[in-house]
Amino acid sequence: MDRSIAVWVGATLALVVLIALPLGWLGWLSISGEHGATLAHYRDAFSDPALQKALWNTVVLAFWVGLVSVAIGAPLAWLTARTDVPGRGLIRGLVLASFVTPPFLGAFAWVMLAGPNAGILNTVWRSVTSAEAPLLNIFTMPGLVFVVSIYTFPYVYIMVANTLALIASDLEEAAAILGAGRLAVARTVTLPMVLPALASGFILAVLQALALFGSPAILALPAGFHTVTTQIWSLFQFPPKVEQAAAFSVPLLLATALLLDVQKRLLGRRGYAAVGGKGGQRRTIPLGRWRWPALAACLIVMSGAIFLPYGVLAKGAFSRAWAQPLSRDNFTLGNFAFTFFEYGSTRAAIVNTLELAVLTACIGAAMVALLSYVTNRRLVVGHQLVAFLVLAPVVVPGVVLAVGLFIAYTRPPFVLYGTLWILFLAYLTKEMPVGYAQADATFRAIPADLEEAGRVLGAGRLRILKEITAPLAKSGIIAAWCFIFIGVIRELSASILLFTPSTKVMSVVIFDLKEEGQFGAISVLGLVMLALTFATVALVQAALGRDVLGARR
Amino acid sequence: MMTRSRTLAVAAVVALAAGVVGGGYAQTPSRHLEGAKKEGKVVWYTSLVLPSAEKVAKLFEAAHPDVKVEVHRTGSQRILQRVMQEMQANIKNVDVIHTSDAGHYVFLKEKKLLAKYTPAGVEGFPAGFKDKDGYYYGLRATVNAIVYNTKAVSAAEAPKTWTDLLDPKWKGKMVTAHPGYSGVIATHVLALVHLHGWDYFKTLAQNKLMIVQSANDPATVVSSGERVVAVDGGDYGAYQLKKKGNPVEIVYPKEGVPLVVSPTAITAFAPHPNAARLFTDFTFTREVQQVMADSEGLYTGHPEVTYPADKPKLKDLKLLTVTPEELEKRNEEIKKRFVEFFGA
Repeated sequence: MDRSIAVWVGATLALVVLIALPLGWLGWLSISGEHGATLAHYRDAFSDPALQKALWNTVVLAFWVGLVSVAIGAPLAWLTARTDVPGRGLIRGLVLASFVTPPFLGAFAWVMLAGPNAGILNTVWRSVTSAEAPLLNIFTMPGLVFVVSIYTFPYVYIMVANTLALIASDLEEAAAILGAGRLAVARTVTLPMVLPALASGFILAVLQALALFGSPAILALPAGFHTVTTQIWSLFQFPPKVEQAAAFSVPLLLATALLLDVQKRLLGRRGYAAVGGKGGQRRTIPLGRWRWPALAACLIVMSGAIFLPYGVLAKGAFSRAWAQPLSRDNFTLGNFAFTFFEYGSTRAAIVNTLELAVLTACIGAAMVALLSYVTNRRLVVGHQLVAFLVLAPVVVPGVVLAVGLFIAYTRPPFVLYGTLWILFLAYLTKEMPVGYAQADATFRAIPADLEEAGRVLGAGRLRILKEITAPLAKSGIIAAWCFIFIGVIRELSASILLFTPSTKVMSVVIFDLKEEGQFGAISVLGLVMLALTFATVALVQAALGRDVLGARR
Repeated sequence: MMTRSRTLAVAAVVALAAGVVGGGYAQTPSRHLEGAKKEGKVVWYTSLVLPSAEKVAKLFEAAHPDVKVEVHRTGSQRILQRVMQEMQANIKNVDVIHTSDAGHYVFLKEKKLLAKYTPAGVEGFPAGFKDKDGYYYGLRATVNAIVYNTKAVSAAEAPKTWTDLLDPKWKGKMVTAHPGYSGVIATHVLALVHLHGWDYFKTLAQNKLMIVQSANDPATVVSSGERVVAVDGGDYGAYQLKKKGNPVEIVYPKEGVPLVVSPTAITAFAPHPNAARLFTDFTFTREVQQVMADSEGLYTGHPEVTYPADKPKLKDLKLLTVTPEELEKRNEEIKKRFVEFFGA
């Protein structure tokens, strides 16, 4: 019982600091007027036509991103999980690459690729077809939907691929034996079984799109439209309207909570005994002459997410003028020299980012390891509630969390604004659910019998933990560490409201440079960020001994 | 041209360090030097375009190796936002504030956030560069101009006046910076509202402009060919691009060009007050002001500074000016109406 109390006190304290205080302040400020409670801020926010438009834009964006992500993610998942398409490992690797690519870097790269006039794809298109009109205009709602989707579809992919890997083929074969054609089998057997995964992937994609700040800021603002996140951010401009920003954050919070609840119900009510079982064969479907076209289709999609953007970033890093061909005259190392040696913010930002990433990953991994151990082994009373609380931050979009943290920690008793600690709190809160999910899966996979065997042999709990549990859980916890690390180095939506000039991080510096139009330096820093990310991914793969998307081969 | 500006910069430093250049500052060690050395650094929030800001910082560090400059460059409006947010949290970080929105200084002075300080050598500066109460001084100036891409637009077709930009033939082909980010643009908008009224911007917005943030960016967008005409932006960015061989040309409309004098001031709470004074004095020396004129293409208030032959003289341009007081008063209105017309 004493043990329970210690865990509870710790968890409650953490929860207050990370969630209750920021969100409490957020809620309070959104209704606080000069003379007590008021709904005036809500009225102001929602009667403003500009804000209404932003709200509608977000709805449109999120809905289409959900659909497009399903349209890309589901076929890719089916192809790699069920068919004999060549290069399945490669495709999975590329999906993973898209998953970890910071979306704002992708958006920035697509400005160079598909700006309606100078964009490289459009330049090529014009010279080939001698057409006037651009092939693509990225500064539009469809352009934004596209760019967000190519980095969001992995959520659908993971859900669907993992489900497909669990459905035995015998049901499909039974249907085929009973005379159903291929399409009929797909429609009546396969689809219903993956439907919950599809819907749930759709919702995850929608949530991503709702919470995203960088891509809309880079693509929507130049086109003259706002989304909720960019609008909240601009409400912080001087003179700040923090109360309105708070009021405007609340619907985003509620929408996220609601959607997640729907998703949970969908997954909880899977209802088909066939899903989740381990038995049964999964036969590979031969694609025949469609094998190579299928691979080509996958590669075309992935070139949009990976090859083209990465290529154009590399080109931008080595060019004097990014829109010109990379000729001898245009080649330069000056962008690197400027970024690393002349631009004073670079090194401070890289150091800050790495410090925060390591700190958050270490403390976060330790916390999720402890908490998931406690909840999995049911060591305390009310362990379900602990699990729920740890996962709760997932409903808080980064910008909203930042508004709450800003309000809570710019005033006594806790003035953390201006220090790295406020960013640390934001990151820890934001990454906690991801880390917990990973750690939880790890402990679930370690059967309690081994620990019990240890106990029978007379070892104490600590010794069991040290000699049995810890070695088995090690790789899973390292993976959780890496997930948190990757999440931190790419974080922009909360950082953009919480940084001060002396606590800049890489993503914020890139955003600063974007506002000034310094393409060369952005490209260089973008490459650095990608290199850090992929080095970390390699570490996870090594730790887990498999790829991180989680589906079985 | 980078090499040329570097050479100039280096020359300036060598001259300063050697103390051979006339102009007062370099000959007698500053009375702030000892204090500045103890403080070790100066924190500079600046809206001067990044490479230029870093260059000024490097010049200072070369002349005073014991005092580092921490450059934080962002848009004028973002700087004010940062300063006020830091004030709210009682953070005293910034020593020297330099933005292009003169209205900020009226505001900051009123809030008692500025220290009274007259930099050495500003006696000869014109009145428009000096605060009558002695809190802030114009470090540099630029004018807003039209910039077009010479590959896409011939000199004959190019817009000559601000009202030429209203022609529907430019629809989808122009770019503007944002007054909610840039002080240069906020000043520009107010000056043109005086000239042509808000209707001008309402009509201009019908041409579906691309919206960027920094006053430096419209010219780079035009240079890349993403849009062919920039409807505003400091001419110094375009000047630098042109010198580097980019296909841009600058038009100074006959109706007049909005003059933007960008002040600098030391904060009342400066954590490194001596370094702040040393740095401020340094930026007003003839040598540094000359570097700004030569390699950066800026105008300055320094009477002895000479300008490149290919830059129009300020006295030959019809200048549109706005007072800092009005800029301060109408700041909200400018941003709000701009967003109303242009969408974001």
